[in-house]
Amino acid sequence: MIAVKNDQEKNKSIELYFHIPFCVRKCLYCDFLSFGDGRFRQDYLKALAQETEMHAEECREMTVSSVFFGGGTPSILEPAELEPVFGALRRSYRLAEDCEITVECNPGTVTKEKLDFYRKMGVNRLSIGLQSARDEELRRIGRIHTRRQFLETWEAAAAAGFTNCNLDIMSALPGQSMEDYRETLDFLVSLDPAPKHVSAYSLILEEGTPLEKMVREGTLTLPGEDADRAMYEETGKALRNMGLERYEVSNYAVPGYECRHNLGYWTGVPYLGLGLGASSYFGGCRYKHTDKMEAYLADPAGTRLEEQILSEADRMSERMILGLRLIRGICAEDFAEEFGRTLKEAYGEIIERHTREGLLTTEKDENGRSFLRFTEKGLDLENYVLSDFV
Amino acid sequence: MDQSKIRNFCIVAHIDHGKSTLADRIIESTGLLTSREMQEQVLDNMDLERERGITIKAQAVRTIYKAKDGEEYVFNLIDTPGHVDFNYEVSRSLAACDGAILVVDAAQGIEAQTLANVYLALDHDLDVFPVINKIDLPSAEPQRVIDEIEDVIGIEAQDAPLISAKNGIGIDEVLEAIVHKIPAPKGDPNAPLKALIFDSLYDSYRGVIVFCRIMEGTVRRGTKIRMMATGAVEDVVEVGYFGPGQMIPCEELSAGMVGYITASIKNLGETAVGDTVTEEERPCAEALPGYKKVQSMVYCGMYPADGAKYPDLRDALEKLKLNDASLNYEPETSVALGFGFRCGFLGLLHLEIIQERLEREYNLDLVTTAPGVVYHVYCTNGETMSLTNPSNLPDPTMIDYMEEPIVNAEIMVTKDFVGSIMELCQERRGKYVSMEYIEAGRALLKYELPLNEIIYDFFDALKSRSRGYASFDYELKGYERSSLVKLDILINHEEVDALSFIVHADSAYERGRRMCERLKEEIPRHLFEIPIQAAVGGKIIARETVKAMRKDVLAKCYGGDITRKKKLLEKQKEGKKRMRQIGNVEIPQAAFMSVLKLDEDK
Repeated sequence: MIAVKNDQEKNKSIELYFHIPFCVRKCLYCDFLSFGDGRFRQDYLKALAQETEMHAEECREMTVSSVFFGGGTPSILEPAELEPVFGALRRSYRLAEDCEITVECNPGTVTKEKLDFYRKMGVNRLSIGLQSARDEELRRIGRIHTRRQFLETWEAAAAAGFTNCNLDIMSALPGQSMEDYRETLDFLVSLDPAPKHVSAYSLILEEGTPLEKMVREGTLTLPGEDADRAMYEETGKALRNMGLERYEVSNYAVPGYECRHNLGYWTGVPYLGLGLGASSYFGGCRYKHTDKMEAYLADPAGTRLEEQILSEADRMSERMILGLRLIRGICAEDFAEEFGRTLKEAYGEIIERHTREGLLTTEKDENGRSFLRFTEKGLDLENYVLSDFV
Repeated sequence: MDQSKIRNFCIVAHIDHGKSTLADRIIESTGLLTSREMQEQVLDNMDLERERGITIKAQAVRTIYKAKDGEEYVFNLIDTPGHVDFNYEVSRSLAACDGAILVVDAAQGIEAQTLANVYLALDHDLDVFPVINKIDLPSAEPQRVIDEIEDVIGIEAQDAPLISAKNGIGIDEVLEAIVHKIPAPKGDPNAPLKALIFDSLYDSYRGVIVFCRIMEGTVRRGTKIRMMATGAVEDVVEVGYFGPGQMIPCEELSAGMVGYITASIKNLGETAVGDTVTEEERPCAEALPGYKKVQSMVYCGMYPADGAKYPDLRDALEKLKLNDASLNYEPETSVALGFGFRCGFLGLLHLEIIQERLEREYNLDLVTTAPGVVYHVYCTNGETMSLTNPSNLPDPTMIDYMEEPIVNAEIMVTKDFVGSIMELCQERRGKYVSMEYIEAGRALLKYELPLNEIIYDFFDALKSRSRGYASFDYELKGYERSSLVKLDILINHEEVDALSFIVHADSAYERGRRMCERLKEEIPRHLFEIPIQAAVGGKIIARETVKAMRKDVLAKCYGGDITRKKKLLEKQKEGKKRMRQIGNVEIPQAAFMSVLKLDEDK
């Protein structure tokens, strides 16, 4: 249980994240915590509903501003399995009127029945994994669906009344050429309804994944760094033409459709992560659940462990690392007010150096407030800069 | 102490023929040590030695043996380092003995170091008797090895004990042979003191502990002693002998005995191995022969990875020097690496051992430069210099000619591999001297080889080209004129002094090219393109380019796992700290070391 209770957090917003660690099977590039078999599924959902109830007390005076069901593949679950979790959520938490509730879906697991159920439960946003519009590429990275199946899901979501849908795409896939990638972008443009939000990542090989092994052993080849960046530039252009603006390193949205849950992570909104391996930020402390299934099932709330109590310096460093994820950057005035010193006083040398290198820039908005943010070039070299702020 | 009941001896062998195991058995069987106290190899005190399976420092142990004649004998077993790098230390340890046990592997027979060590022992007038070890191996051929010993070395071997040190077979026979075949020491206990220093050890409480063999006279607490070569004078605080794993004080050490002396000596430099200890009041007429000021054969620069640790490195070197007279060092400065030391070693193994001890025992993070040898530079103005640091090479126009050290190398190899080993020696600029067949299957190859061709990886190449069957030994022959050039490395158009080295003109291009390739792998991408060039005398002979970095982003930061992201960034920050700044290029420390391994991945 979280013991720290901070008066300031009463009447404040909180975000909830539910982790659903089940998939039909794992994609070859995936290193998230998820299992390709359904073992423990019933017990897990029971435990998750229990845990949801158990944390209600500590959030009693807070308003839930967003809820996110992530995974894994939450859409693999049947309505009856998910119902108790929604029940606990509705019963025990105060949800904001405009609360954003997202469920992550993968084509091939979504049915009309599930979509109607989501609507009934108040879900108002879907995040659908496309990754690529070319079946050959989908197969190569171990996705379970085809372009056709994605389209069916996309259209079914619209038919069920969802107007706020994200889709995920990836570039720099094994064997992918610029021409190949354009097919995916062209497919996005052709979608009806057009997406309001796109998460676009260039593939990163995670250690221990089958894909990483295949590349290491030479079975698959990745596009070079230049091709990778060229593709990512194409992404920006194509999405801009569709009216989506880049508001975060990897996220694009029609203005007004930015993912509130995601923004919360970068702006320091507290959040509770529920379920196996989920992370929380609450009362000035970062927590993480166990990733051992048996341990979680035995004691759903008790396996949440303190990772780090944030000091003033930690919070300041996090503000930089997280805030710079956003394209608009960090507001200098807000920073000074929060920490009692200016950005320059705190990080003058680092900011100056990276500004000189053309990676950071400081600009004023229409209201005369100044923002420190990445340049276009800087966005590509995020870690190089951010590692100086830790 | 009755001299006739003392036996001072050592064990000599080729590496892995079972020297340390036999030493363990002798110590065990003489009973001063219970099995429980037995460490795996009692004589090898340092962890490092155990891991490498070789003995670095000479040590001694005293045990009591009750012989079949009913008498108790004092055995002083003096351990000797087994590697060619430590020849001088070996020779001083041998000088402290009266006899030696020669251990020969019953399967492998005589190897290069067997010969080198046994000749060294015979040179010191030691009585040598052979034992044949590992007779329980299926491939053992004791009679063949006995004949080989008699034919090649010319010592009596027909009655050599046939033993297995590992399984405790034949140990009694060895113990009796020690009593009967190794002579008792001589020397007058009433003569002026004359003792040989064969090792010393620094202890933070007692100061330097001098290991010595008393040749003449007697030393006890209060004796005012003088080191004849270094001139140091001190009052003896304690004398004693070496119990297994500990030092045991005693009343006095007299002629024939082996033991230690402490005298509040703070500086190891005052107790050089090979020096003679005598009485200040009543000195002996002349010092023992054989003392040499140790000469370093191989040099490299050693720098603390963290510049602030320079004083720590200096202190650590000082302490190591206390126990290792053959280590030399003097401060130097590198543009690339800052303040450090140019260190001299007996050979590459010695260098590696010191480097590891500095890192392990003193917790230092080091950057070392490519090891080189000492070159003689003859300048046009008539001056000559000994060059240990390539950066100090004068301008080529000032140089008349240069000389490099040449060694006489002996390689013993089975017939099948003679061809490939000769090829290797040719590649390394070797000059063929002779080849003799020792017996049907094996040949002794003699070559003259430039030392700088063998300090890197010659031994590894030898092993791999002979499937592990070749053995190797060398000694310095002298200096010869040679066509040498300095190879410089430029990173982003700036010369990096720590990467320069001297190379034979014919191999400059090949080496330069490989250096550039290797550095390209080691230097991380920067925001700009970085040319890496190799140059000789200002002329570029090879080039590679590190392309500009275009992407450094993290994958999804999913489900709010910020801690994971922070950990990754912290790791990246740590990596940055370990970089060296050359101009505006950051070079990882590994890059400086990677050039040492040029040949590994050929």
